[in-house]
Amino acid sequence: MTTATENPLLEIRKISKFFGSVIALQDVSAFVRAGEVTCLLGDNGAGKSTLIKVLAGVHKPTDGSYFFEGREMDFDSPRDALDLGIATVYQDLAMIPLMSIWRNFFLGSEPTRGFGPFKRYDVDFAKDTTRKEMGKMGIDIRDPDQPVGTLSGGERQSVAIARAVYFGAKVLILDEPTAALGVKQAGTVLKYIVQAKNRGIGVIFITHNPHHAYPVGDHFVVLRRGQVYGDFTKEEIPLEQLVQMMAGGADLEVLQHELETELRRGAEPAAEGAAADDGPSPEDG
Amino acid sequence: MATTAPPAEAPAPSDERVRKVGLVQRLLVLPGTGAVLITIIIWVFFAAVANSNNFVSTAATAAILNRAAPLGILAIAVALLMIAGEFDLSIGSIVGFASMAIMLAVTESGAGGFGWPLWAGALLALAIALLAGFFNGLLVVWTRLPSFIVTLGSLFILRGLAIAITRQRTNRTQLGNLDEVSGFGFFDGLFGTEFTIGGAGFDVAILWWVGLVAIATWILLRTQWGNWIFGTGGAQESARNVGVPVARVKVLLFMTTAFAGFMVALIQAVQFTGADALRGRLQEFNAIIAVVVGGTLLTGGYGSAVGALFGALAFATLQQGVVIWGVDADWFQVFVGGLLVVAVVFNNYIRQRAARR
Ligand SMILES: Nc1ncnc2c1ncn2[C@@H]1O[C@H](COP(=O)(O)OP(=O)(O)O)[C@@H](O)[C@H]1O
Ligand SMILES: [Mg+2]
Repeated sequence: MTTATENPLLEIRKISKFFGSVIALQDVSAFVRAGEVTCLLGDNGAGKSTLIKVLAGVHKPTDGSYFFEGREMDFDSPRDALDLGIATVYQDLAMIPLMSIWRNFFLGSEPTRGFGPFKRYDVDFAKDTTRKEMGKMGIDIRDPDQPVGTLSGGERQSVAIARAVYFGAKVLILDEPTAALGVKQAGTVLKYIVQAKNRGIGVIFITHNPHHAYPVGDHFVVLRRGQVYGDFTKEEIPLEQLVQMMAGGADLEVLQHELETELRRGAEPAAEGAAADDGPSPEDG
Repeated sequence: MATTAPPAEAPAPSDERVRKVGLVQRLLVLPGTGAVLITIIIWVFFAAVANSNNFVSTAATAAILNRAAPLGILAIAVALLMIAGEFDLSIGSIVGFASMAIMLAVTESGAGGFGWPLWAGALLALAIALLAGFFNGLLVVWTRLPSFIVTLGSLFILRGLAIAITRQRTNRTQLGNLDEVSGFGFFDGLFGTEFTIGGAGFDVAILWWVGLVAIATWILLRTQWGNWIFGTGGAQESARNVGVPVARVKVLLFMTTAFAGFMVALIQAVQFTGADALRGRLQEFNAIIAVVVGGTLLTGGYGSAVGALFGALAFATLQQGVVIWGVDADWFQVFVGGLLVVAVVFNNYIRQRAARR
């Protein structure tokens, strides 16, 4: 249903990111088109958060190129990305615990009134908008002056998402937004992703849950150990296979590890062998 | 598990999950409340023990306020910086250095100075102070070292330079006769005037102090920069990730503390018609004490300029109280230490209540 011929809104080509000797990303390419959802899947430590921090302008890539609306980008700070309408929900949410909800909501992008030395923070607008935007998420905040540190994990996540949705005019990046949420709240977030997509926004949705990714995603990039393991459109891959790829991949590593341990013990006779392997045997990835 | 689901869908205009919090409760959670109470307690204490020495008088009140004003001006800037999560230990040395810059500039060339008019000397000192603050900030931002260490270095460098340069050029470390310099009258009117109320002289610096507190409060609570200051101190990486120019905020705040140092240098040079290279010594610590007594969190992200005002007032009340009471001045440090510990414990208690409100 999406026009697959359209040019990508945001694209990275052969991005690498090293932290000293740590290779967090190696030659990763991915893209998102306007009105589409690109899902980024991968186990813990696969490099998902590092990748979105490159996209958000937090990290400069060690190598590779970054294109936005066809032009090559070189961000010096997250401010540069935000100014282009690329907003991010970070995995740690990027909130200031001691600050109130409305101050957090607009931190870094404060609405102002007046000119010159009388330019001031439009507090009323900020409070109203925060309440309204949170209301749209189905969260009825008690008191916008409440410090964010006193909110529940789910509420805090909702503030971060509402903020990114509000500021993400063109691209919305979400790093495991459903991880800390209950089933119902996770459903709300997925609904949000679809709404953003329908408004023509390009969404990059990071998760390690294929059941969350599949219903909303247009294509799926699987990261493993800092590299792209697979890149599929929805037509190319049924849910079962995506699930199997995620689960099978994990099992494969576990199994491999177990086998190695067993082999090292090889000299000894198989002492009451661990017959615990009841999972589906991994065929081909 | 945090599902205290409201029973009905009805979005009640007044939320049933919010209870009305009384005025006292709301005042109690402000950062400056502890300092106000502490100031009152100190004042009442000395009013009781030093009553026979006329502690309760306009003269004593003027003396307290005159003491508090220069410390208070430093404390405002130190508070802003501390809210952003940094320290400036060099502020006292900047007072000394800026003082000597003013005095050297205006001293006759025959005596080792430049023979400039006062306005030029003030501009020179301002430029030097802002430059020192700029370098402090740049070094902290670039090296990511604790500002405690970086500005401890500046503390010694600037103090050493103030003494060494002055002595080398003039063979002295004290310079006077500022009132004979051209343009003194204008500056004296701005910074050196005394208002006589009830027979006691109140320095015009008190007005500067209160005015700057008002400006700082406005910046903190009602401007974008204020939001950035709180954000920078509250969680630096998060603030940066949502687009706050953290480095710029810090550098500008180091320049602000340096500016406060310059203000105090100018005010005191005019008041005393001269300066000593040691001027401002230990003021960096006194200012930090005032700010912490005023409820600002040492780790950043929380605090107020009004709190710093009362912190400076508490400090000055204590200092003047000890003098008027007539106990040996040696005891003053004991009281200051006690004040600091009591205030921190008290503010900590208040803040915990604020978090649980
Ligand atoms: N700032 C950093 N310095 C060093 N190593 C890092 C840094 N950030 C991430 N890494 C490493 O990069 C790898 C990928 O991390 P991350 O992107 O957080 O994974 P994911 O989000 O997929 O769980 C991990 O091995 C992590 O330890
Ligand atoms: Mg992650």
